[in-house]
Amino acid sequence: MSHAGGYSADARIRWIEWTPFVAAIACFFLLPEYVPLGARILIYILYALSLDLILGYAGIVTLGHSAFFGVGAYVAGILGAKMGITDPLMQLAAAALAAGLLGIATGAVILRTTGLTLLMLTLAIASLCLEIANRATTITGGADGLSGIVVAPIFGLFRFDMFGKTGYVYCLIILFLGWLFVRRLIYSPFGASLTGIRENSLRMHAVGAPVYPRLVTVYGISAVIAGAAGALITQTNQFVGLNVLGFEAAGELLVMLILGGVGRIYGAFVGPIVFLIAQDYLAKQFPEYWYLGIGLLLVVVVMFARGGILGIVDGAVARLRSKA
Amino acid sequence: MNVALETRGLCKSFGALTVAENIDFRLETGARHALIGPNGAGKTTFVNMLTGVLAPSAGRILLGGDDITDAGRAARVKRGLGRTFQINALFRHLTALDNVALGVAERRGIAARVWLPASRHREVREESLELLATLGLADDARQRVLDLPYGKQRLVEIAIALGLKPAVLLLDEPAAGVPKAESERILEVLDRLPQEIAILIIEHDMDLVFRFARRITVLVQGVVLVEGSPAEIAADSRVHQVYLGEQHHA
Repeated sequence: MSHAGGYSADARIRWIEWTPFVAAIACFFLLPEYVPLGARILIYILYALSLDLILGYAGIVTLGHSAFFGVGAYVAGILGAKMGITDPLMQLAAAALAAGLLGIATGAVILRTTGLTLLMLTLAIASLCLEIANRATTITGGADGLSGIVVAPIFGLFRFDMFGKTGYVYCLIILFLGWLFVRRLIYSPFGASLTGIRENSLRMHAVGAPVYPRLVTVYGISAVIAGAAGALITQTNQFVGLNVLGFEAAGELLVMLILGGVGRIYGAFVGPIVFLIAQDYLAKQFPEYWYLGIGLLLVVVVMFARGGILGIVDGAVARLRSKA
Repeated sequence: MNVALETRGLCKSFGALTVAENIDFRLETGARHALIGPNGAGKTTFVNMLTGVLAPSAGRILLGGDDITDAGRAARVKRGLGRTFQINALFRHLTALDNVALGVAERRGIAARVWLPASRHREVREESLELLATLGLADDARQRVLDLPYGKQRLVEIAIALGLKPAVLLLDEPAAGVPKAESERILEVLDRLPQEIAILIIEHDMDLVFRFARRITVLVQGVVLVEGSPAEIAADSRVHQVYLGEQHHA
């Protein structure tokens, strides 16, 4: 389950890696009433993948990833609501590009720092984006959010329906492409060098690696993916509010990834599934105290399974193999 | 003899504290040179200035005749300056093979590629395996470094540096913390390193220094006290006074 890449790793896709996509297709047909929740989960998986790329593989600690998700969400929304650009793929591309540019621009500044300074700077950038979105009411809708977003049918053929089926398939396809890209990146020499930077940046300098440009590059790539995820949330909801940029959104994403397992690719799949289903279930059962359940789950994982849920699975598989 | 590495009037100060003062140093091509001195002599500061970790306050550094004083760390490595660290600086959770391959890939200029999987770059893997085999680590190539004994980890340090095909190799206490039996193994490896590489070893193990080096520089409080052959250094009364004490070799 652990995907470390590198020069001794087998990069071929194993059968088990297709499981999430097979399950997603099965859910589409077997659980039609949960399709909107399913689309939300798919979007958050893509979002969590983007975070795993920088946190799990490159070792960049951040609390401000919502800046890219939020910018992507707002760019797609503004194009659809204010500028008459309704083609979903154009909105998606513009959102990803805008988030990527923000990632490169901010990464070039903040990635010269490390540790707590870096953490605070990422938080500051997300807060700045939040405040800009809050103040620029004429284009963002401010605290009321941006509504009236028009999203045309995909390729002029597939209309976003009220049951969310088109949105689900659209999100699944974008997630699949995002996953293929992230996986290829992780197993590539570039991905191996990122792992090297995470493991020991001092040594990477000593082998002649341009550490800082590589970090800025992967930060930009991650921002592109997060921006695309943000566009998807706007397109499927046809609404965007300030919550996409908030600290809570960034914190929740981090919690999802930690729950699933950081630096494992598929931790980004498991975390959002567990978190969002638990959130959906607990919010219905215990509307006032549902966060307590999430909190307890996180405490258990952090205390007893530092590799997240996939870490528990890895440990169990290893024990079974050693007994066999 | 060609000069592989040279410093001219190299100085480093931290505020009022001077840790390197006017160091003139020459390392010939193919040299086996040791830099010794008591704790706090400025040896590691000197190495950090050579490798670009610290910027000198004054003076110049020339590598193969080119001025690299203002070059970045990566640029110095690409020009042929390799190093090992006093305390292991390895990719602890990666295999020995990946540790070496990361350096080899950088040298070959493929480390930023994204299209093919890393494992499909066979030339990197084969060169790394060959290098590990020459250091007696063939059977450990697929072991995670943190699972290897400390002596073997020190050899992986050297293997990473050799993977860069350096013209100048700086070995910062390669036998530090290694049991006597394993330090013999390290000395064997050092003796077999390609003759064309100029090697500067910084070491506290006087036995290893005097067996390995053909020339020794003694650094005391950031100043070069004396430089000479091992016999000359062993016979120098100033060295006895400030550094060797009772340990000196006849």
